[in-house]
Amino acid sequence: VSARSIAVTIGVSRRSAIKIIKNPVMAAAPLAVPLFMFAAFAGAMTAVGKTPGFDYYNYTAFIFVFVLYQAMVFVGIFTGIEMSGDFGTGFGDRMMLAAPQRLAIVGGYLVFTLGRGVFSIALIWAIALLTGMPVRGDALQIAALVVLALMLGVATTLWAAGLALRARSITAAALIFMSSFVVLFMTPDFVPRHLIGGWLHTAASINPLTPAMESGRGLIANTPADPELAFGLTGALILVFMVWAVRGMRAAERGPKAPRPRGLQARREAKAARAGGTPPQAAGGPEPAPGRARGPAARRARARARGRG
Amino acid sequence: VSSSSGEQLRTLARRSIARSARQPQVMIPSIAFPLFMLAILACAGAQATKVPGFPTKSYITFVLASTLIQGAVNGTTVAGQLLAGDLETGFVNRILLTPVRQSVLLFAQLAGVAIVGLIGSIVFIAVGLIFGVSVKAGAGGVLALIGVTLLVVIAFGAIGLLGAALTGSAAQVQAMFALFLGLLFMSSMLMPRNLITENWFKTIATYNPLSYLVEATRSLLISGWDAQALALGCGFALLFFAIAMTGAVFAMRRRMERL
Repeated sequence: VSARSIAVTIGVSRRSAIKIIKNPVMAAAPLAVPLFMFAAFAGAMTAVGKTPGFDYYNYTAFIFVFVLYQAMVFVGIFTGIEMSGDFGTGFGDRMMLAAPQRLAIVGGYLVFTLGRGVFSIALIWAIALLTGMPVRGDALQIAALVVLALMLGVATTLWAAGLALRARSITAAALIFMSSFVVLFMTPDFVPRHLIGGWLHTAASINPLTPAMESGRGLIANTPADPELAFGLTGALILVFMVWAVRGMRAAERGPKAPRPRGLQARREAKAARAGGTPPQAAGGPEPAPGRARGPAARRARARARGRG
Repeated sequence: VSSSSGEQLRTLARRSIARSARQPQVMIPSIAFPLFMLAILACAGAQATKVPGFPTKSYITFVLASTLIQGAVNGTTVAGQLLAGDLETGFVNRILLTPVRQSVLLFAQLAGVAIVGLIGSIVFIAVGLIFGVSVKAGAGGVLALIGVTLLVVIAFGAIGLLGAALTGSAAQVQAMFALFLGLLFMSSMLMPRNLITENWFKTIATYNPLSYLVEATRSLLISGWDAQALALGCGFALLFFAIAMTGAVFAMRRRMERL
């Protein structure tokens, strides 16, 4: 990693940080929905925590883990949306011109996600503790919960970055939001998995975020439930989405796909250009047989041949 | 309404409906997002029916009421984007050169909102009925449910018009939608008020007018014809509409005077 790449990473993350400092509404956006949900569920649904079979020590703590993860997923979503906006307006292209290692740009957005995520986690923890949420886990378990939340934020950012770099337009925002939102809500969000009915139970059972959700609830309750599986799966998600983001950056470097050449002649010329050579006729080689070729380019070639004859 | 105003209203209303129909990016999220939340809450919230005193054994029946209101809240976005779009593209400036009255222009925008709301409410109720929702108020109750929802849609549409007339920006109207969605979650959307055990939340839900909109539609689904719930819900919807429309007409007039 060169000093220049580190400078690019710092520059990108600093720019994003300055943008949200200057626009507090933008800064509050990823936190607003999770906090509203925290208030709504912890306030309205407390009685559900006392129903038979719920088996968790406190409903506020139960919903807290979902809200913590939701906040981190939203941080990732909003970073991705900002990235798609940057690439949509052409600013991303200018950043790519300045960066010798283009992945340093993605690194910058990741650093920003982590910084914003730490702030969001601290705020949500402060609100939860101030409103009297009981915590049973020890310091190490709470640290593990926070690390899991940050890992989810990183995974979401990488997924969103892959989409943003492929679309290179703000139109990716809807896809980034909907895909992450749907997967997050298909976890055991409001009640334990064994109490969920219908299709959602099946969806939650195969959702890769479910182990992180259940393990997080175990950590805060001091009854760890498969933390290895949760960390392993979340780490695997990060690796897969890292490859997705790297390939997205390669796609962005190639730029938009050129339209497919039409006609035999045009295809031959494009193939020759790709091979690094000159078209056969330009190099003095034999002209293709015009009678067998089809398409407008071939028709033009036949007309030229007739004119010469 | 004079005959010329009626003609203006009809023409602009047709335009508003055509614009709404031509914008699937507005129509589809207004229906898809509440349906997704209905699907999630119906499965995840079933445990709530085991709370002693819960008014029904079917959580999907209970939560369908809030889905209808959630869809209606989208009226803010639809109306706001229609008017903000007209302001941003200069259509309103061109209309000023004609004898069209500003109030007519605003009322006509609500036609598109009403159509989107009507389609949405029919879809939500149909999906609910397919998945086992029963309407206690009977077949007439279904019509009343659509009617009340339509009234709420128009009320939120008027709020969207007010937002667009004040700000002139579609993005800022979108922020208003987020605010109302948050307020909806802080209502009795998830649990009947009498079963909310946290006093601070019960107080918020009681003072939150969105609780009464949800309870009006819910009464038709769960308890039958409840005159008090319906009167409160429709009353709040009419109040929202009257305040927002008056504000929108004044805001629009002031905006036009500045031009």
